[in-house]
Amino acid sequence: MHLGVSESMRECEYSQISTRSSTPMETPYKKKTPKRRKWESFPGRNKFYCDGRIMMAKQTGVFYLTLVLILVTCGLFFTNDCRFLAENLTPAIPVIGGALFLFVLGTLLRTSFSDPGVLPRATADEAADLERQIDVANGSTGYRPPPRTKEVVINGQTVKLKYCFTCKIFRPPRASHCSLCDNCVERFDHHCPWVGNCVGRRNYRFFYMFILSLSFLTIFIFAFVITNIILRSHKNGFLDALKDSPASVLEVVVCFFSVWSIVGLSGFHTYLISSNQTTNEDIKGSWSSKRGKDNHNPYSHGNIFTNCCAALCGPLPPSLIDRRGFIQSDAPQLAPPTNGITTYGATQSQQSHMCDQDQCIQSTKFVLQAATTPLLQQQSSEPVILTASPENVAPLPARTSLSLAGPCTSLPLGQPTPPTSTPSLSCHEATDMLPIHGHGHTHNHSHPYQEPVAHHHYLTPEEVPSPPGMLPCGSPLGHSHTMQAGFYNPASQDSLHEDSVRGLVKLSSV
Amino acid sequence: MAETHSLQDLQQPAVSSKVFIQRDYSSGTICKFQTKLPSELESRIDKQQFEETIQTLNNLYAEAEKLGGKSYLEGCLACLTAYTIFLCIETHYEKVLKKIARYIKDQNEKIYAPRGLLLTDPLERGLRVIEITIFEDRSIGSGR
Repeated sequence: MHLGVSESMRECEYSQISTRSSTPMETPYKKKTPKRRKWESFPGRNKFYCDGRIMMAKQTGVFYLTLVLILVTCGLFFTNDCRFLAENLTPAIPVIGGALFLFVLGTLLRTSFSDPGVLPRATADEAADLERQIDVANGSTGYRPPPRTKEVVINGQTVKLKYCFTCKIFRPPRASHCSLCDNCVERFDHHCPWVGNCVGRRNYRFFYMFILSLSFLTIFIFAFVITNIILRSHKNGFLDALKDSPASVLEVVVCFFSVWSIVGLSGFHTYLISSNQTTNEDIKGSWSSKRGKDNHNPYSHGNIFTNCCAALCGPLPPSLIDRRGFIQSDAPQLAPPTNGITTYGATQSQQSHMCDQDQCIQSTKFVLQAATTPLLQQQSSEPVILTASPENVAPLPARTSLSLAGPCTSLPLGQPTPPTSTPSLSCHEATDMLPIHGHGHTHNHSHPYQEPVAHHHYLTPEEVPSPPGMLPCGSPLGHSHTMQAGFYNPASQDSLHEDSVRGLVKLSSV
Repeated sequence: MAETHSLQDLQQPAVSSKVFIQRDYSSGTICKFQTKLPSELESRIDKQQFEETIQTLNNLYAEAEKLGGKSYLEGCLACLTAYTIFLCIETHYEKVLKKIARYIKDQNEKIYAPRGLLLTDPLERGLRVIEITIFEDRSIGSGR
């Protein structure tokens, strides 16, 4: 029936094999590969457990520490102090304590294991379409770096939408790319190592419930351990009391330091919720009136009550990444466009094997673009464009290492420093502040007004990574070191390295 | 448009191109799509019809994300049951998403498929875009 339509169709009659694709095993009747779930080929740096039901960040060591601290302290409280208190005061104490403990644990696990609101990366077609649109808008000169920001007016406030080079999308407002997890997250608050996950739109309320209930729990335990010791002291004397329940000392110490940090953090997040801001926005001072006369938060609902309700009791959007769905073989493939613009390497593992030649053309195009873009962007003083560079950095060495020599390869080494001073690297905002304080880092690069305000924030960044109850000065430096180590050269070099290897493999496969 | 046919098969028509309807963020972070008819579709579908489809979708998404008594109640109940209640019942959002899926299927069957177009549920694209696949026009000779 198709014979009359076009000559080329006739050939299709005899075989269903895709002559366009390089791999002959795309034939539908040869399904030997078992069905894989989407989480198995998830492009971000996340870990999945229980066949995709549980999703966490790559580094989970600190999360286990959090768990251990909570379990040990509560365990000691219940075994050590509760019996005495239940007998001498009221049995309600262990009951309330138990309920609080379960709630804390529940919210912690919920925060850690759920999808924070990861935005799936653009499909190859989408990315190509966007690129085409950007080129058209750019006038297709080819040499000028394409604008990677879009402006939109929300409730009378101009907001810049940035293009994410990793995910190949224009990020929605309030979304941010977490470099630790390598995902764009909606309403990104911060990456919390203590819960081992990003805190974003879908798990912010659980995170808040967690720190709030943990505050109550630590205050509760602290108060009753002290009461325990006092009551025992009345009976037997102070030293004997300590000897009778030695664990109490440990509990008091842990709780004492936790109370300061956790309660402070809860207070900070209560403020954020009531003003409908994210940690990211607050630290950058995005909606501060110091930035401009008419600068206001376009997302705030106006009153504190509505803001709180919206953040905590609003509708919970479902996960957009469909971790447990099965990867499907493609529906009708796009006929290779004649203009040669196809994006290589589909980030979702859809088997859209584009023409090898097109891959090569596109890869080379990316190389040239990426090579020229950061150079030119660095010269411009706009901090906004610089934010593209962390993502830009990743693709950059991949392409340049093959086709361009010398000058561009030195860029990756230079690159990590500007990004550290750009305000939009949200997930490291907080940890950035600590080394800045300690090592006099050039943070002046970003808005000068932030420096006096920064002092106020020195407390908060400590809390923002939300230590649930830790050792005093040791920990900030401790974890800032890990963060620092994680963020500065090793991690950025690692990701550069990874990406350059990936890029090399891709280009070499062409 | 594309002369090189998509070799897949005789059963499925060849895909000519894809158009993406982007999100409209002018009202904030709520899910809303741009209602402007893209130029590639001008010859295929009526502007009014298209706008109506997109507007209905926008309204449905707004309903899903609406803050009101019902959603607060659901949120509070969920909090009290430590969110275990969602193991049993569906959230309001999920219910509306199912409604949207049915609506899109319905629209595809009635309006878009006869015109050689296919709307893809934005949920499959992470609520970033509405992907409209344009199939080759078979009615008169070869594709455009």
